[in-house]
Amino acid sequence: MRKAYLGLDIGSISTKGVVIDSDDKIISREYIWTKADPVGAVKTLLPLMKEQIDFNEYKVVSTGVTGSARKLIGAITDSVIVKNEITAHAIGTMSIYPDVRTIFEIGGQDSKIILIDNGFIIDYAMNTLCAAGTGAFLSTQAERLGVDVEDFGEFALKSTKPTRIAARCTVFAESDMIHKAQIGHTKEDIIAGLCEAIVTNYLNNVGKGKKITPPIVFQGGVSKNIGVVRAFEKTVGNSVSVSENSHLMGALGVALIARESGTERDFDFSIANMSFVTKGVECGRCANNCEIICVYKEGVLIDSWGNRCEKGVIRK
Amino acid sequence: MSETRVTFPHLGSYCVPIEVLFKEGVGVDYITPPQITQKTMEIGNKYSPDFVCSPFKYNLGNYIESIEAGANTLIQVGGACRLQYYGELHEQILRDLGYDFEFINLSNAKLRKLRTLISPLMKVNPQFPIKKVARILPMVVAMAKFIDETEDFIRKNIGFEVKKGSFERYHKRMLNTLRSVKTKKELAKVTTFYTKAFRNLPVKRPNNPLRVGLLGEYYTIMEPFSNHFIERELASMGMVVDRWMNISHTTLTNPKKEKERKSKYTRYDMGATCRATIDRAEYWAKKKYDGIIHVKSFGCTPETDAIPVLRNISEDYNVPILYFSFDSQTSEMGIRTRLEAFHDMIIMRKDQKK
Repeated sequence: MRKAYLGLDIGSISTKGVVIDSDDKIISREYIWTKADPVGAVKTLLPLMKEQIDFNEYKVVSTGVTGSARKLIGAITDSVIVKNEITAHAIGTMSIYPDVRTIFEIGGQDSKIILIDNGFIIDYAMNTLCAAGTGAFLSTQAERLGVDVEDFGEFALKSTKPTRIAARCTVFAESDMIHKAQIGHTKEDIIAGLCEAIVTNYLNNVGKGKKITPPIVFQGGVSKNIGVVRAFEKTVGNSVSVSENSHLMGALGVALIARESGTERDFDFSIANMSFVTKGVECGRCANNCEIICVYKEGVLIDSWGNRCEKGVIRK
Repeated sequence: MSETRVTFPHLGSYCVPIEVLFKEGVGVDYITPPQITQKTMEIGNKYSPDFVCSPFKYNLGNYIESIEAGANTLIQVGGACRLQYYGELHEQILRDLGYDFEFINLSNAKLRKLRTLISPLMKVNPQFPIKKVARILPMVVAMAKFIDETEDFIRKNIGFEVKKGSFERYHKRMLNTLRSVKTKKELAKVTTFYTKAFRNLPVKRPNNPLRVGLLGEYYTIMEPFSNHFIERELASMGMVVDRWMNISHTTLTNPKKEKERKSKYTRYDMGATCRATIDRAEYWAKKKYDGIIHVKSFGCTPETDAIPVLRNISEDYNVPILYFSFDSQTSEMGIRTRLEAFHDMIIMRKDQKK
C-alpha cells in the first residue's frame, strides 16, 4: 500500500483538489465552482476525486487545506494542515518550476505576486480592499460581450490592434469599454484591450514597482486565458510559463505541505455523505456582538470561531 | 450647564492618565468612553464623511457613546495632518445631530506654551486650578511614560508567555490600579510592583527569536481595535514585536532632538508621522529586523507619502515590508492570510540566511 496526500484549495469562485503520491505524482485532480457553498462544493468534489484513485494501491494518509474557506473546510475534513494560500501557491509552483523567481497569480477574487529567491519566498503582495483586475471582472465582461469566458483568450489573439481601455479601476474600465464598443471598436480588439487592462491593473496595483525577475510563472484561473498570458509577455518583455495545472497550484502546494509535515491522519472520503451544519450565533456578551460560527458534524459541535475575546468561547 | 463631565476619545491605554489629570488635577468629572467595539465604528461611520480617515470615525463614535454615558464637555486636539481640522468638523457634526455639549478645541494649543493650553480650558471652568494641575502634571506624564515602557516590554515578551493570557491579565490589572493613583509616591509604588511583576512572568524565549517592527500612522498604530489587534496576532505567532511610536517618544520626551539626526531618505518632513515612520524603518533595517509592518488608515496622506521611501529602504537593506491600509470594513480573514504568509516568509528568509 502506498501513501497518498490530499490537498484542497477552497477559493471564493472555485474549489480545487489534488491527490499526490510520495513522488510528487498527481494521481487525482478536480476543479469545480464553489458557488458560495464551500461545504457543498467539497462534498461534490470528493466523490469525483475518489473515482480517480485506485484504493488497492493508495491510501490517503494526510490532508491539507488552503483558500479563503480553509478554516471551515479544515475543521470538517479534520486536516493536518491549514495554510494560507500565499505559502501554498509558492510551494506548489516551486515543485514544478524549481528555478522560478516571480509568480503572478490571478484568481477569482484576489490576485497576488510572489517573489522567490533560491527556493525561498522573499517578498509578496496581495490586492487590497478591492477585487479590481481579477477573474470575477473578466467573467462579468465576457457576459456583457456575449462571449464565453473560456473563449476569451482565442478572441483576444485574433486582434491586431487592441483597444486602449482605462485600467486604473475596473468600474472605470467597464464604462470605458462600453464607450469604445459604442463608437465601433470590434469585439476582438475590445477583448484584447481588456486583457491588457487586466495586466496593467495587476502590475500597478499588486506588482507596485516590485522587481520582476524571470523565470516568471503565471497561475490561477485567469492564467487559462491565453490573451492575458500574451498581454503579460508583451508588457514585462519576458516569456511567461503557464503549467497545465496552473489552476491547481494552491491545492498541490498544500498537499506537499501536508506530506512534509510528517503528521498522518487517514482521510475518510465518507465525509461527503455526512451532514455538516454551520450556525452563526451572536455572542451578545458585549457591544461587539461577534458573530460566532459553530460547525456541527452529524449534529455534534466540532469547532467554533469568530469571537474576539475570551467571553465568546464556545466549548465543545 | 450643570456639573462638568469631560471626555476625550480613546487612544490605546492613555485614557487612564487623562482620567487622573482631569479628576485629580482639573477637579472635574471624567467620562472614559465606553470600550471601542464594532458598534462604536458603526456609529462613527454613519455620521462621518465617507472618505475621511478612520480615526475620525472612531473619535466620533467615542464622542457619541460618551455623551450617551453622561459626558457634556468634549475635548479634541490638533496635529500635523487632517487631525488639525477634526475638532471643527466633529463639533459641527455633533451640533447638527442636536447634542448639547461644550466643545474644547485644543488644535491651536502648543504643548510647550502652557497658556495656549489653559486658556481654552478656562472657558469651561473659570476657576481653573492652575497650581493644582501644575503639581499633578509631572506625575501624569510619568504615568503615561510608565504605561509606554510597560507596553513595550509586553510586546517584546508576550509572544513567549508560558501561561496564555498572563501578560494581558496583569496589564488590565495594572491599568485599573493606575486609575486610582493620586500622587508621585503612589505611582512609584505601583511602578515598582508591576515592573517586577511583569519581569517575573514566566516566558519561554528561543535563542534568536523573529523580530518584527511595527510602524505607521499615529492613531491606527496606537489604537489596537483600529488595527485589528495586529500586535496580539503577531505575538501569538511567537515573535518579538517592536514599536517606537507612542506618546512618550513623540510628545513627552523632547522631540527637538529628533530633528537633528540625518538620513539620506528624508531631507524634508512630509508631515505628521511620515518622518518617524521612515526613520524607524531605516533604523530597524540596519538592526537587521526580520520584517517590518506598516499600518495606516485608508487615505492617510502623510503615510501614503512614506510608502515609496519604505520601498527603497526595503530594497536597499533587503528587509521585507508588509503594508496594511485599514478602513471601516476590512475582512479579518484577509488580514490573517497576509500575516500568516508574512510569518512563513520571514521564517524562510531566516532559514535561508543560516
